[in-house]
Amino acid sequence: MTPRTVVGVMPARLMDPTAAPDWRLVRLGKGIMETLIQQLINGLVIGSVYALIALGYTMVYGILGLINFAHGDVLMVGALVALQTMTFLMGMAPGMSPLVMLSIALLVAIVVCMLLGFTMERLAYRRLRNAPRLAPLITAIGVSFLLQTIAMIIWGRNYHTYPQLISTTPLQPIEGVFITPVQITIIFGSAALMIGLLLLVNRTKIGRAMRATAENHRVASLMGVDTNAVIAFTFVIGAGLAAVAGVMFASNYGIAHYGMGFMPGLKAFTAAVLGGIGNLGGAMLGGIVLGVVESFGAGYIENLTFGFLNSSYQDIFAFLILGLVLIFRPTGLLGERVSDRA
Amino acid sequence: MKKTVVAFAIMSIGLGAAQAQEVVKLGSAAPLTGTIAHLGKDLENGTRMAVEALNAQGVTIGGKKVKFELIGEDDQADPRTGTTVAQRLVDAGVKGVVGHLNSGTSIPASRIYDQGGIPQISPASTNPKLTQQNFKGVFRTIANDVQQGGALGKFAVKSLGAKKVAIIDDRTAYGQGLADETEKAVKASGAQVVAREFTTDKATDFNAILTKIRATAPDVIFFGGMDAQAGPMLRQMKQLGINAKFLTGDGGCSPEMIKLAGEAMSASTYCSMAGLPLDKMPGGAAFREQYKKRFGGEVQLYAPYAYDAATAIVKAMEKAGSPEPSKYLPELKKINFNGVTGNVAFDDKGDIKEGAVTIYSFKDGNWVPM
Amino acid sequence: MNELAAAIPWLGKRNPTAARWLILIIALVAPVIAWQFGRSWVRILDFALLYMMLAMGLNLVVGFAGLLDLGYIAFYAVGAYTFAFLASPHFDVHLPFWTILPLGAGFAAMAGIMLGFPVLRLRGDYLAIVTLGFGEIVRIFMLNLNYPVNITNGPQGINMIDPINLFGWDLSRNLQIGENFSINSLFLYYYFFLLAVAGSIVFVHRLQISRVGRAWAAMRDDELAAKAIGINTRNMKLLAFSLGATFGGLSGCLFGAFQGFVSPESFSLMESIAVLTMVVFGGMGNIAGALVGAFVLALLPEILRDVAVPLQQTLFGHVLLDPEVLRMLLLSLAMILMMLLRPAGLIPARARYSHDHHLSNKLKQEAAK
Repeated sequence: MTPRTVVGVMPARLMDPTAAPDWRLVRLGKGIMETLIQQLINGLVIGSVYALIALGYTMVYGILGLINFAHGDVLMVGALVALQTMTFLMGMAPGMSPLVMLSIALLVAIVVCMLLGFTMERLAYRRLRNAPRLAPLITAIGVSFLLQTIAMIIWGRNYHTYPQLISTTPLQPIEGVFITPVQITIIFGSAALMIGLLLLVNRTKIGRAMRATAENHRVASLMGVDTNAVIAFTFVIGAGLAAVAGVMFASNYGIAHYGMGFMPGLKAFTAAVLGGIGNLGGAMLGGIVLGVVESFGAGYIENLTFGFLNSSYQDIFAFLILGLVLIFRPTGLLGERVSDRA
Repeated sequence: MKKTVVAFAIMSIGLGAAQAQEVVKLGSAAPLTGTIAHLGKDLENGTRMAVEALNAQGVTIGGKKVKFELIGEDDQADPRTGTTVAQRLVDAGVKGVVGHLNSGTSIPASRIYDQGGIPQISPASTNPKLTQQNFKGVFRTIANDVQQGGALGKFAVKSLGAKKVAIIDDRTAYGQGLADETEKAVKASGAQVVAREFTTDKATDFNAILTKIRATAPDVIFFGGMDAQAGPMLRQMKQLGINAKFLTGDGGCSPEMIKLAGEAMSASTYCSMAGLPLDKMPGGAAFREQYKKRFGGEVQLYAPYAYDAATAIVKAMEKAGSPEPSKYLPELKKINFNGVTGNVAFDDKGDIKEGAVTIYSFKDGNWVPM
Repeated sequence: MNELAAAIPWLGKRNPTAARWLILIIALVAPVIAWQFGRSWVRILDFALLYMMLAMGLNLVVGFAGLLDLGYIAFYAVGAYTFAFLASPHFDVHLPFWTILPLGAGFAAMAGIMLGFPVLRLRGDYLAIVTLGFGEIVRIFMLNLNYPVNITNGPQGINMIDPINLFGWDLSRNLQIGENFSINSLFLYYYFFLLAVAGSIVFVHRLQISRVGRAWAAMRDDELAAKAIGINTRNMKLLAFSLGATFGGLSGCLFGAFQGFVSPESFSLMESIAVLTMVVFGGMGNIAGALVGAFVLALLPEILRDVAVPLQQTLFGHVLLDPEVLRMLLLSLAMILMMLLRPAGLIPARARYSHDHHLSNKLKQEAAK
């Protein structure tokens, strides 16, 4: 790298037509490397959360061919149920150690979300399994809004402060690069869960049943697989993962409210498509790639476009990637490896 | 067909004029649902307090005892709903409106009020454009973005000694307007704007833009937006090891902000609010007490301004001796009294004269005026 | 035009002619009745008519051609912004209404084709997601194109848009007839919008029974088979997108002129979904369905505002659910329950061009086997 930090110039005239034609330099600033690594970490953290949500999407899509729009809102329910539990525990047993409290809250959230996933499948999606394609998708959008509305009724419209039971005091592994214990937990926690899920799908009996169902419902059921149970199980597992993702998300940002799940949900779906929908490994990769692209995009777009575009376009990347992938490489980065499909 | 239309139309106009003798209706419009519902409710509560106080005290207009009735509407912070709600208020025969909260709803609604010939006083919309539309009856009791942004920019440079300032806005009419004015003032005061970044009013992750800002090593980071974003943003600043001072406008100057930012709040967190601080307002302490007693909560932001807006309308009616907008509007233009927020008087555009802006800093768990 | 008669539930089947007359009378008298409840109700009716146009346009894409579009509001935005650019102090251009209207429709149609081309290969859920992304991208551009060159004025939106002016007749002024007669501007807008909707109905109806309409129906029910019998599915899809977008653009123009102010907030994803719900709720693939769906759902929040609060107050003594929450609740339940219990909508499309119903029955039978 050359010592010059100038990567682009922007004519000030464009911003203000009356200005004299002096050329403003757009600088990357001090500590290029630190910034780069920091953006990578930012991307990894948000990417891990996307990946975790994407797994739920991809599992359900792999088996049913259904985009469960409401998946992001399950995340929100998980976060808010955990918040409620923590508030309750703090009132009941103020001396409880934060880690125990968090574990209990997480457990409650997982159970509630699993029940929710099961109910959703049983009441709404199962009956539409053979309906024309638009019907389940529209239903899923409806379920998404229904969950948001119910959450709005239960927890109100305000933003809630989320107790940060894991420390958020930043550590400095490298001079000038910061990471908090919560963020470390998120990265490693998601990785562990993903590996667990891979093992579940590839090494267990139920996993085999899931793969068989994904391959072909009818044949699988002829082979003695209870496909209804398998599909329900898939929803339950996906919802459980979403609950964990929700608690992680809220703990990281210290904030939760009824609409928090929608956008991450959409982005996670993008991640699933990017990786190759129906493919578990792809969902993880897609999540991380999307997180990093968003982070670098917001951080560097101004320099890359010579100041014409700026961070106000950061939400465009997910949709742009989504469109491009679907149009040019519908199988995603990893393609659809049938053996991995769950 | 058309004849019936006309006939019906005339009939209903006639009916409308026959009623409303002793009771004078006033309107309030603010978002009572959505993410800033707490601020909207605050606005309505302020107006309601004024109306109740005036009723208790008894007002005589043109020799007649008058009772005020408040009609509160929810504009959902949405422009289209804003115009519908405005029309509803006009229909209901209100004689004056206190609202709306967002500039984005106030501006389209002001056209409806203008057509209906009804004065509108916004206690919260700070966008300069609101009063630049040449409508006769548009006022505000809060300092506009030019006044507030100017004060913020000056404060950052002159009082905080900033040489480099980073500016973020949330791409709403409010956030962008305030951020632009602040940017101008920062430059005019001789400091440099080293970064201009953007987020949205629904975002929770600001790490990427904050990291970018960190590289420019600013002394002060200014955010134009609401508390729901300012809180998490401040937390993430600390997590990224940014020690710059944090400055935000009235949208982040709420008790909610203190809750949402949590431990990240420090003595180097500042916010601004148009007008004087509640405790320094002539009637501030009493107002706080009354508000608590009546609504069981803390004043969020706009209640005192709404209170003064409603009072201004009634005072103008008293002076004109008539609750009719066409009669009292000239008096409203000339109004001059000491309200809760300080002296209330409008300039020729309808902006509050000498709109004071107070900067607050965080101290002992509260916003403390400097 | 028997299609339209279906909008009246019982009469429509027995006596379509009477039903059609009834609809015409209702449409003409509606604002006069609404006036009795207040001017705002006429205004709400005006907006309901705009939603009807939107729903009809989306119905072309979703109902007729079977392409689920979740970014439809983008075309509405294109129309509204076109009007704002060409008739406001923003650029200080004030073109006459009749010049802008075709331009707005044309730009929207172009946007429709721009969206249509890349997504030709996509179907079902994928298409839905990409169109959703398209809608968001358009909104983000509207929001941010105030820099480096100020085009859209960003989040501030564009204000002081000229009202509709029909050859020197300004619709935003009350029409003065003699000294004591005046017709309120809201009525003028209502009848003008009503004319636009009527025109759209005729057009869409002709389209539906034309070759194009039949080709769309064939494509919707089985794309492969449609291709096999010689239908150019690519052109048909592009046509569906561009025609649907045209309606979006037209109503966008009218919206901009009527409201006098446009800003990106009016074109959120929520609006796209609201219009979709109207189509789904009313009944996909049929004109009466889209119209009734739009009418009911555009009025619903306003009725809730008036009914829900006092009702809850008398029942429980305080307001449990405010109207906005109630609206969201009802909308989402409508979407779910409609799909589960009555997938063809309030007014099911006639069997002639709709095989969805039969298809799903057939599938169910197969599944049962």
